[in-house]
Amino acid sequence: MSVLAKLLLIAVASAIVNNVVLSQFLGICPFLGVSKKTETAAGMGGAVIFVITISSFITGLIYKFVLANPVLVSKGIDLTYLKTIVFILVIAALVQFVEMFLKKKMPALYQSLGVYLPLITTNCAVLGVSLNCVTYEYNLLESVVYGFATAVGFFIAIVLMAGIREKIEYNDIPKTFKGTAIVLITACLMSIAFMGFSGMI
Amino acid sequence: MVTGIIVAALVVGCVGIILGFFLGISGEKFKVEVDPREEAILDVLPGNNCGGCGYAGCSGLAAAIAKGEAPVGQCPVGGDPVAAKVGEIMGVSAGASVKKVAFVKCAGTCEKANQDYEYTGVEDCAAMAFVPNGGPKSCNYGCLGYGNCVKACPFDSIHIVNGIAKVDAKTCKACGKCVAACPKNLIELVPYEAMHLVQCSSKDKGKDVMSACSVGCIGCHLCEKNCPSDAIHVVDNVAYIDQEKCTGCGICAEKCPKKIIL
Repeated sequence: MSVLAKLLLIAVASAIVNNVVLSQFLGICPFLGVSKKTETAAGMGGAVIFVITISSFITGLIYKFVLANPVLVSKGIDLTYLKTIVFILVIAALVQFVEMFLKKKMPALYQSLGVYLPLITTNCAVLGVSLNCVTYEYNLLESVVYGFATAVGFFIAIVLMAGIREKIEYNDIPKTFKGTAIVLITACLMSIAFMGFSGMI
Repeated sequence: MVTGIIVAALVVGCVGIILGFFLGISGEKFKVEVDPREEAILDVLPGNNCGGCGYAGCSGLAAAIAKGEAPVGQCPVGGDPVAAKVGEIMGVSAGASVKKVAFVKCAGTCEKANQDYEYTGVEDCAAMAFVPNGGPKSCNYGCLGYGNCVKACPFDSIHIVNGIAKVDAKTCKACGKCVAACPKNLIELVPYEAMHLVQCSSKDKGKDVMSACSVGCIGCHLCEKNCPSDAIHVVDNVAYIDQEKCTGCGICAEKCPKKIIL
């Protein structure tokens, strides 16, 4: 299989078939928390795309040159088991840095994404992507494509959810199901719908 | 075993220290100079981010005031006390303003206003534009009672009571969100001290108003004729009080045959 075909396959598989929210159940908190309005959902989705793409690249680098450093491995020191804790550190610092950088250099982008950036630090989808890249043994380019496509999947899911929630607002829902309950049921139905994609690849 | 622990601690420690330094340095490097007055103003503002000032939240207004683009008394929620504090920060005096409150110009509760038909469906005032006769209420100008204003209120001070919106004057901050949300344009910001207000907006002729609602303005001009200060006028079949001229004598309320003037 050519490189391009493999990248395309990774992209489609992670954006739609193995959707990060609806079939891997990662990043549920922002999915439920920031999906009240389509605008804010799109803002959150945009910020997630931005951060995951960068973080999958940076954590890929860290894994390759620090944790799984061939020099260390040849000496019998295997540090790959530290990946979770190191990735958490790196992602948290990265989000902080991105926020500072945007505030100074791109105020317009900061205005639209700024509020969501600190929230992303606690988004498990970011960590999940980095760890999955290691599990699937992706190289750097594949990691970035995988990260970007996964985040696009998150974007799709959260914007769809926000659209549905805006409609739900106008409906007469039984008291028991008001609020988060109906949202969880909706998420569940969306997840079932997305299962229709399984088996495509 | 021990080497493993030491190496792990060293690696994580080093990564942490490097990241810490990196963030510290970039924090200095990418520092954005903020007008100190902006932060001071932001501290004084109420912080509800209601958007009543026309800016995107309190920080937006703080930035605009610090730049001199907005007057110090722009915040409708804070009113005079906040305007005075902001004026202190900016070094200008704030002019006195009138404390306002939202007022719903309709009194057609479930018992008083007639219904053309039973309606069960989308609970949204704006959706009534697509429903026959503009909603189940016989009066085409009255409060629909589906609470678009309630959803818009950031202070939880407007509620649907007995089929119509009621403002809680004590908690209302006059941010104007409900005014914009009402598709019937029923809500108006009036002075908090206003003594007399007309609780109807129906522009229909007297006969039609009578058949639709027992508390509608029939445009009889009795209030207008009796007002000693020329403050109340009937325009388009509905009385309206000019609060600047109103002296609060209460003659209009007394003369009104429908008793709809507060």
